[in-house]
Amino acid sequence: MNINFTLFAQAMTFAIFIWFTVKFVWPPLMRAIENRQKTIADGLAAGERGKRELELASHRSADVVKDAKQQAADVIAQAEKRASQIIEEAKVAAQDEGNRILTGAKAEVEQEVFRARETLRQHVADLAVAGAAKILHREVDAKTHADLLASIKAEL
Amino acid sequence: MASGTELTPTSYMAHHLTNLTSSVGEGAFWTLHVDTLAMSILLGVISFGFLWWVVRGATSGVPGKRQAFVELAIEFIDEQVKSTFHGDRHAFVAPAALTVFVWVLMMNTMDLLPIDIMAGFYEVFGLHNWRSVPTTDINTTFALALSVWLLMIFFNVKVKGLFGWIHELVCTPFGKNPLLWPVNILFNLVEYVSKPLSHSLRLYGNIYAGEIIFLLIGMWAATGLVGTLFGTLLGVGWAIFHILIVTLQAFIFMMLTVVYLSMAHESH
Repeated sequence: MNINFTLFAQAMTFAIFIWFTVKFVWPPLMRAIENRQKTIADGLAAGERGKRELELASHRSADVVKDAKQQAADVIAQAEKRASQIIEEAKVAAQDEGNRILTGAKAEVEQEVFRARETLRQHVADLAVAGAAKILHREVDAKTHADLLASIKAEL
Repeated sequence: MASGTELTPTSYMAHHLTNLTSSVGEGAFWTLHVDTLAMSILLGVISFGFLWWVVRGATSGVPGKRQAFVELAIEFIDEQVKSTFHGDRHAFVAPAALTVFVWVLMMNTMDLLPIDIMAGFYEVFGLHNWRSVPTTDINTTFALALSVWLLMIFFNVKVKGLFGWIHELVCTPFGKNPLLWPVNILFNLVEYVSKPLSHSLRLYGNIYAGEIIFLLIGMWAATGLVGTLFGTLLGVGWAIFHILIVTLQAFIFMMLTVVYLSMAHESH
């Protein structure tokens, strides 16, 4: 247990090792560790932010869905209104068309009746002439008695 | 083993406890313990070289196993310093604590090397007296403790100013009253003397005693086969227990260093 110059040599060695650690060992590793801590903190913050954004997005999407439903309901209501309107219009148009067709048919029937009556009248006149001819036993000249025949025809 | 002369317990012990000396000047003071110096420098170069090598390639991404190990050690030290020292610890105190812990731990761990096998190993290189454990040399522990003591005074002056420090020496811990000045000075004197003494002698005593016990256990080998086996068992037991002492003493030495340096930074 003798104190000698070794003490100073060891103190010097100690000083050099401290200097070395302070200068070359500690700072780079602390930098690396701090960078990693920052990266991890950033990652956690980003995760938190992502979660919040997801929440907001889900709120927003719920709103959008609600709006879309409302719009769809509106569209359907409008469409129903329009459909009933179209049906009403179609009914009116059909009524008009029916009436027109009915009127045409009536006119046609009347015309047909008229024509039939004319034909009938002709036949009756012919029959009457033939009957008269038979009664008179002589040939009646159609041309001579045209006026007579015409008057009979008119009376029928 | 000491060759030639008859081997007695005394010569055995003396052989293992004698430093290899080299004279650098006139007088007993101007001698160097070459083994102490060489072992401590070698261990320092290996451990701090390793740290430097790992730290140079340190990534802030996912660390490898080697880097994770170094980070574990450094963050352990950093945590200890953080809980004691409230200042910019990265500037000096924390790396200094790392230096103390790693270096003292490495030097203490040399105590676990099997003394007689190592003696045979050194003999190959013609080194008859060669002690492996630098912390069993009081010069080493005093060098460390006195360096810390000087740093303590340096930081006292740096943080509080020369006048502030003297004021603290004179006026604390008992009070500003001039009547109390001598008591304060005496108290602080005792404190400033006892700090490096207890700091260095605690480490020296523990490790030196550990080595002595290893030597005593080693002497069982001189009593025959049964004694050798018994000595082996005892040696294993003591070595396992000594792992705790080695680590604990390194840790205590580091913590005291940190505490002394933080006390130097704080005003009373």
